[in-house]
Amino acid sequence: MIAALAFYVFAAILIASAVMVVTARNPVHSVLYLILAFFNAAALFLIAGAEFLAMILVIVYVGAVAVLFLFVVMMLDIDFVQMKEGFQRYLPIGAIVGGMLFLELLFVYGAWQFADDAQGLRMHPNPADVATNTQAIGRILYTDYIFLFQASGLILLVAMIGAIVLTLREKPANSRRQNIAVQVARAHAVTMKDVPKRAGLAELGGIIRRPLPAAKKPKAVAHDDQHGGGHH
Amino acid sequence: MDAFLNSSIGILAITIAQTLAILVPLLIFVAYMTYAERKIMAAMQMRVGPNVVGPFGLLQPFADAAKMLMKETIIPSGANRALFIFAPMLTFILAMMAWAVIPVNEGWAIADINVGILYLFAISSLGVYGIIIAGWASNSKYAFLGALRSAAQMVSYEVSMGFVIVTVLLCVGSLNLTQIVMAQKTVWFFIPLFPMFIIFFISTLAETNRPPFDLAEGESELVAGFMVEYSAMTYALFFLGEYANMFLMSAMTTTLFLGGWLAPIDMAPFNWVPGPLWFILKVCLCMFTFVWVRATFPRYRYDQLMRLGWKVFLPISLVWLVLTAFVLKLAGWLPV
Repeated sequence: MIAALAFYVFAAILIASAVMVVTARNPVHSVLYLILAFFNAAALFLIAGAEFLAMILVIVYVGAVAVLFLFVVMMLDIDFVQMKEGFQRYLPIGAIVGGMLFLELLFVYGAWQFADDAQGLRMHPNPADVATNTQAIGRILYTDYIFLFQASGLILLVAMIGAIVLTLREKPANSRRQNIAVQVARAHAVTMKDVPKRAGLAELGGIIRRPLPAAKKPKAVAHDDQHGGGHH
Repeated sequence: MDAFLNSSIGILAITIAQTLAILVPLLIFVAYMTYAERKIMAAMQMRVGPNVVGPFGLLQPFADAAKMLMKETIIPSGANRALFIFAPMLTFILAMMAWAVIPVNEGWAIADINVGILYLFAISSLGVYGIIIAGWASNSKYAFLGALRSAAQMVSYEVSMGFVIVTVLLCVGSLNLTQIVMAQKTVWFFIPLFPMFIIFFISTLAETNRPPFDLAEGESELVAGFMVEYSAMTYALFFLGEYANMFLMSAMTTTLFLGGWLAPIDMAPFNWVPGPLWFILKVCLCMFTFVWVRATFPRYRYDQLMRLGWKVFLPISLVWLVLTAFVLKLAGWLPV
């Protein structure tokens, strides 16, 4: 009785917040409603007895993915007037796509055949010899579906490497960088050195400035001095 | 009486009583932690600390609370009102919520759930929302910069924290917090997993935005970071939430590595002391370390903070995780 009531409360909030994700005027509010939707989905998992899935949903989606999503959306500079432009023009095509997806779902559900023991499995999703559903999921995931599991992991790895490759830029040759291991390993914390101009302290591992390419060197120095100011 | 206790109203009443039994002492501890922090830091810096209100300044927390209550809550005109007020509430509520699963003694958890450690991890990973929402809703540059820093920082350190937790879980074979503590009957996990213990402790400092990782506040460059626009009770909620989060992280450290409510040696003078007292003692030890670190270290530079999280902690915890799995498998210690 209480479980059924809780189900309807969470399901209603889930659907309402899903609607708000699409209709909210402010994109940050949309993301926050999305997070609320995730939460209610997690609560529905809990009611279904899938506590591991519920917690993973909160940790992965709410705790990590949505944080980064919110992070990006907050930094976007969105013009609401411009965003609403063309709403009327694109409404029919949007409605057609949405309607077709809805019809497909209806067909799939209409042609759904329930296996004979499906109802029984739904009541007791865990195998009889397993105590918690964490163990049950682990047992299936790492035996029957190990190939799919590893393959999806590899796909994520490729996506990650792709993102890094796209954003990684080679640092200019004369950029400063710090070798923290060398700095920490230094025997004397304080030393005095007569440092040649623009050469840096490579042997101390401090802030190293690599020598500039030979051809550019005089020009770059003159340029720096003009703008750096205060030397002459 | 039994009939009443087994009815749904009775169960509700028991749950409320249990919740109060955890939260009221927690809030008193939080109040006195602010006092203890000021006293300990004062001792470390050869000052006196609060000593005017009450004997030894012991009533200082209540004076501070009264002051916070009396002040005016100022909401900036450009702020998003609803979210501006929601953010400190969220921080405070999350810090309280997580205590539902912490076992203070054998069977003394409000909810002794199967996935307790995941619940704790989930709640602690939500703490970042209070800060991001506060930073955004304040409509201020400093607050927003603080929020962005904090978001990147907390997400980074959660990764290595997750691996540390997985390593502990490998040794336990269960996600239940009570069983995690019971698995430490022979040896507390901070001895075999010492490097992970250190990584976990430093990550908790970063998770709670405590010095030397308090870049989200950074009073020297961001004035007060994400809470620059907050005043009176809204500020007090952030303050209480931060300290309650520190207690939560200390409780997590205690449960995962310091043997929860277990006595150091299961022998006569030690096991006379009741379990909850051991638990409180260990949590207070962790809290003391929090303050000690604050009084000792300067703030990290932001790029070094990121480097530490991704280039130092993540590889070490990954390698240690695989190593632990190998050792457990080869020695046949893998729990069933």
